[in-house]
Amino acid sequence: MRREAPQRLADYGPLLFPAGMLIVFFVIPFATMIAVSFFQRDPAGFYSTAFVFDNYARFLSLFFGKVLGFSLFLAVTVAICCVVIAVPFTYLLSRARRRTQVLWLVALLSVLSLSEVIIGFAWSTLFSRTAGITNLLVAIGLMSEPVALNPSFGAVLTAMVYQALPYTVLVLYPALVRLDPTLTEAARTLGASPVKSFFTVVVPALRNTIVATLIMVFIFALGSYLLPQILGRPQHWTLSVLITDQAIYQSNMPFAAAMAVFLVLVTLGLVGLTLIATRKGEAA
Amino acid sequence: MSGLTLQNVTKEFGTFTAVKNVDLTVPHGTFVCLLGPSGCGKTTLMRMIAGLDLPTDGAIRLDGADITRVPTHKRDLGMVFQSLALFPHLTVGENIAYSLRIRGVGKEDQKKRVDELLSMIHLSGYADRPVAKLSGGQRQRVAIARALAISPKLFLLDEPLSALDAKLREAMQVELRQLQQRLGITTIVVTHDQREAMTMADTVVVMNSGEIRQAAAPVEIYRRPADTFVADFIGMTNLIDFSADSAGRATVLGTVVENLAVPAGLSRGVLSVRPEDVHLTAPGHGAIDAKVTFVRDLGGTIETFVEGGGKQIVAVSMPNARPDVSVGQDVGIKLSSDACVVLKS
Ligand SMILES: Nc1ncnc2c1ncn2[C@@H]1O[C@H](COP(=O)(O)OP(=O)(O)O)[C@@H](O)[C@H]1O
Ligand SMILES: [Mg+2]
Repeated sequence: MRREAPQRLADYGPLLFPAGMLIVFFVIPFATMIAVSFFQRDPAGFYSTAFVFDNYARFLSLFFGKVLGFSLFLAVTVAICCVVIAVPFTYLLSRARRRTQVLWLVALLSVLSLSEVIIGFAWSTLFSRTAGITNLLVAIGLMSEPVALNPSFGAVLTAMVYQALPYTVLVLYPALVRLDPTLTEAARTLGASPVKSFFTVVVPALRNTIVATLIMVFIFALGSYLLPQILGRPQHWTLSVLITDQAIYQSNMPFAAAMAVFLVLVTLGLVGLTLIATRKGEAA
Repeated sequence: MSGLTLQNVTKEFGTFTAVKNVDLTVPHGTFVCLLGPSGCGKTTLMRMIAGLDLPTDGAIRLDGADITRVPTHKRDLGMVFQSLALFPHLTVGENIAYSLRIRGVGKEDQKKRVDELLSMIHLSGYADRPVAKLSGGQRQRVAIARALAISPKLFLLDEPLSALDAKLREAMQVELRQLQQRLGITTIVVTHDQREAMTMADTVVVMNSGEIRQAAAPVEIYRRPADTFVADFIGMTNLIDFSADSAGRATVLGTVVENLAVPAGLSRGVLSVRPEDVHLTAPGHGAIDAKVTFVRDLGGTIETFVEGGGKQIVAVSMPNARPDVSVGQDVGIKLSSDACVVLKS
């Protein structure tokens, strides 16, 4: 089904509303943020209009570089974990009976209704020494005494994967349902075991969807600022944590804005690189 | 025994039986068509042969070995799906080489075999094209080449030509048959098109409601149908009730058919008479009385519809024997006994 490209100005009419929303709620705030990032902090109150690069200059230190590096590393790790878990899971789900599918999707949707705070505190309880899952392991004799699993990198990672996984599954689900099931059957008649046919047919055929999902989860994880604070040590804090800290507790809006702009630029750069890399791979 | 043997194969989906007690022997190197109306269980039977579905009951043997529970990927078969199922992310050459790559065949040998197969399907030089850029007929050929890459023991095709237009389909039927004879490969094709089955098959297996109604050579299926379903499904036929007296003399539409041997003990049944065996004559002289209701002149053949004893009967004649009749005319019908097939009703 191909639609004709819009011919007259009036054909763009249906776009007016979303375009307006996008301008009011995205373009204007973002432009404001860029402007503020060049302003000067006023120690007495808020900030004063100016055009200085101090905020960006301050950012170029080893400390912030490390935090930025860790934020990106954490987001990439979360994205990879989510996709590695979600692709096989969603594939099996899309081949399951209708009832099973509905039950799982409802369960996943209900995870989406949990706020980041609830997820954070729930996992911090589960990872605690007094009431955590290690008590279960002790009870069945796998461990000799309960230990605290947080704060730690593993705890942050687990909770963030838990939070992002439903999105990952829901984004992958339509593509996997649409994937012709006879493709894997054909692979099997041609001599591929079910596992081999998954890796030689399902994954490559969904390559673009998988890349798009990786990018989505990566960006989603980059914005996380509560879970690293609840479940991590200070060295596990992300740039988003520092931005929140500067904006809300230090009242340094210009510096917070500068960091946010920087984060957006780095993110865009990485996404662009990923797209170029996959385009190249396709041509080869 | 070499070849494929099905013993009492049954498949149930819940309470519904899709395939019922199927016994079939396909000798090595033969071409078999599974023919039947939509939903009669052809695809299900083929999927069990391929190992994509497990039979509820029965056994499948290939060259003497029981393969009923052998997983699909260890059966060494080639299958062409109704949707073709070409891999969209691979080129023509990569699609064809897939089964070789999976088996760890070296790159050089893969390329040699792909070139061989491409020239066999008249698509030399297409190896690097994406499959999306091919026409329907070309994709069809690529799917066939992909299935044949490993020289499988068994070649299965599920309605392989149904997506093609009529002309191309007829050409592909001939091509497929010639290919099969050249390679000598045991082949099973599912189709609901009886013309297709008659064109290609050594043995036509007619199925209905999950059961085999008759398995025989195409001409025998046409000339000697086993029951009224087969007679009606294969080509055009006239099914006419008859009754027989104790001496075995059959009466059709109030007229006795001479020399027709009715098995002893059968007091009533159905005669199947092909339209080309119905002869129109002048009324009387022991012929069945009838009236012409419609004449369809197709150029190559002429179909004359007549009504006799409340029953519509079709006669087909060639242009050189064009019957000299018009609508409304009274005629007589002669049935020659050797053209009538006696069937239970
Ligand atoms: N997976 C399935 N579950 C339930 N019923 C099925 C399934 N597959 C096929 N059937 C039923 O079995 C019957 C035979 O199907 P099929 O073998 O596809 O017929 P054909 O290929 O001859 O048209 C149909 O009535 C179909 O609805
Ligand atoms: Mg079918």
